[in-house]
Amino acid sequence: MKKFASFKKVTINTHIVKKHVIRLGEKTYKKTQDANVFFLGIGDFVLFFWETVKETFSLGFEFKEFLRQCYLIGYKTLPLISVTGLIMGMVLTIQSRPVLADFGAVSLLPGMVAASIIREMGPVITALICAGKIGSGIGAELGSMKVSEQIDAMEVSSTHPIRFLVVTRVLAATLMIPILVMYADALGILGSWAAINIKGSVSFVLFFHQAFRVIDFMDFLPAVIKTFFFGAAIGFVGCYKGYTAGRGTESVGKAANSAVVLASLLVIIIDLIAVQITDMLL
Amino acid sequence: MQESTKKNNLVIEICNLSKGFDNQLVLKNLSLNLMDGENLVVLGKSGSGKSVLIKCIVRLLNADQGSIHVLGKNVNELRSKELAKLREKIGFLFQSGALYDSMTIKQNLEFPLIRIKKKLTKKERDEKIEEVLVNVGLGETLDQMPSELSGGMRKRASLARTIIVDPMIMLYDEPTTGLDPVTSNGISTLINDVQKKYKTSSIIITHDIECARATADRIIMLKDGDVYMEGSIDDFENSTDELIQSFFKEKT
Ligand SMILES: Nc1ncnc2c1ncn2[C@@H]1O[C@H](COP(=O)(O)OP(=O)(O)OP(=O)(O)O)[C@@H](O)[C@H]1O
Ligand SMILES: [Mg+2]
Repeated sequence: MKKFASFKKVTINTHIVKKHVIRLGEKTYKKTQDANVFFLGIGDFVLFFWETVKETFSLGFEFKEFLRQCYLIGYKTLPLISVTGLIMGMVLTIQSRPVLADFGAVSLLPGMVAASIIREMGPVITALICAGKIGSGIGAELGSMKVSEQIDAMEVSSTHPIRFLVVTRVLAATLMIPILVMYADALGILGSWAAINIKGSVSFVLFFHQAFRVIDFMDFLPAVIKTFFFGAAIGFVGCYKGYTAGRGTESVGKAANSAVVLASLLVIIIDLIAVQITDMLL
Repeated sequence: MQESTKKNNLVIEICNLSKGFDNQLVLKNLSLNLMDGENLVVLGKSGSGKSVLIKCIVRLLNADQGSIHVLGKNVNELRSKELAKLREKIGFLFQSGALYDSMTIKQNLEFPLIRIKKKLTKKERDEKIEEVLVNVGLGETLDQMPSELSGGMRKRASLARTIIVDPMIMLYDEPTTGLDPVTSNGISTLINDVQKKYKTSSIIITHDIECARATADRIIMLKDGDVYMEGSIDDFENSTDELIQSFFKEKT
């Protein structure tokens, strides 16, 4: 009798164990499937990147479209960058002033602000704003072109859509974002001068003398180099997300959204890598 | 291969084509031929895979199984350069029109013209654009953006963009849907004119029985991913089959 009971218990247990194993199996299966999708995604990304590189160096560059994109990416972003640049300089100055005043080192203020703008604040803030404006713009544009079959239409009229759409946009972003950054840097320093003049007056010449005394070429160069990478990343991510948008208008919004998220993330990561490299080299 | 297809005057030869997506099989073992100079009308309910079929022909979608020969070339095995060459000879009218939003109508028409007919001078191009646009009744819209046109006008502009490069094979995806009867007749006439003038062979997907009547040399009805019935317009009109009757009765 007792034996039978224990036997019954055991069968029940195996039953439960079996159930768990199956559930676990399903879970891991689902996990691996997710991982597969993830790796497929990476594979797609790499493939798309390779295709873009290949098309960049193939014959038949679409110069007109490139110029149009430069205009759209560069010129159309100027007002936004102007405002941000100016405010960035002013805020930095107003925030730092009390701290430096405590040490009686207000004369260092221009140099400090200029250094932080040129090295870090200018490139990163401009790039993040461009990730928002340009990344989402490209993502939405290509996404809607994909959804409304315009990319297919290009393909059947014997135009490589990657050459026409992607290469031009990536190159334009790579070229324009460094220019926008330099412009933002200049306006930021100008804003700083304006903010200093809120309390007491400092002449333009004196301000710039103080600002640029502490900045040398090696402050400038790494900062400029990394902006090219920012630009390439923003352009490429926007194109990738738009180009691989799914079917239906909903995916246009998704493409634009994920383009901004991924582009911003990449900007921060590239910045980290750039800082590490500069730190190692200098 | 090339020799034999030329002898038979086959322009498109599809053998046992299957194509599916994640969860459904759209085309099942479909076989179909298009003769030289022929207008083939493809009928079928919405979602029966008509658009998928012609997208497989230009390899916008890859076939899962089966072979597609266009002008004697196996589409699925072409390298990208050869595929581009082949596509230059095929005109494709998208169901959605697919006009480039960021370009004017003129630039839309120029786009394939510049890339496919490289030898034309600017003046010849402009004349050609003007001529084709007048043909589809859109002479005045040269500098307008696609978003400024009505749906039917966009469809016609898209048709103009397709026929402007004088393709040897035309694939029309619902050329007359959403147009009024008069314009619709005009488009049917245009399709016939294009066929006569340039000796094109065409596949015309349509729900519009009037258009089918006006243009068809032969009709195919798709159902469940395969050819359900094939025949001339008379065969279809005299058919006692329920599905076919429902198609032809609705409109008459
Ligand atoms: N790219 C795709 N991805 C997934 N499914 C697709 C894709 N293209 C088409 N389908 C599916 O294939 C089926 C057939 O679509 P298709 O567009 O060929 O229909 P159709 O016969 O052209 O219909 P309609 O007359 O409405 O245009 C549909 O069920 C559709 O959901
Ligand atoms: Mg369709």
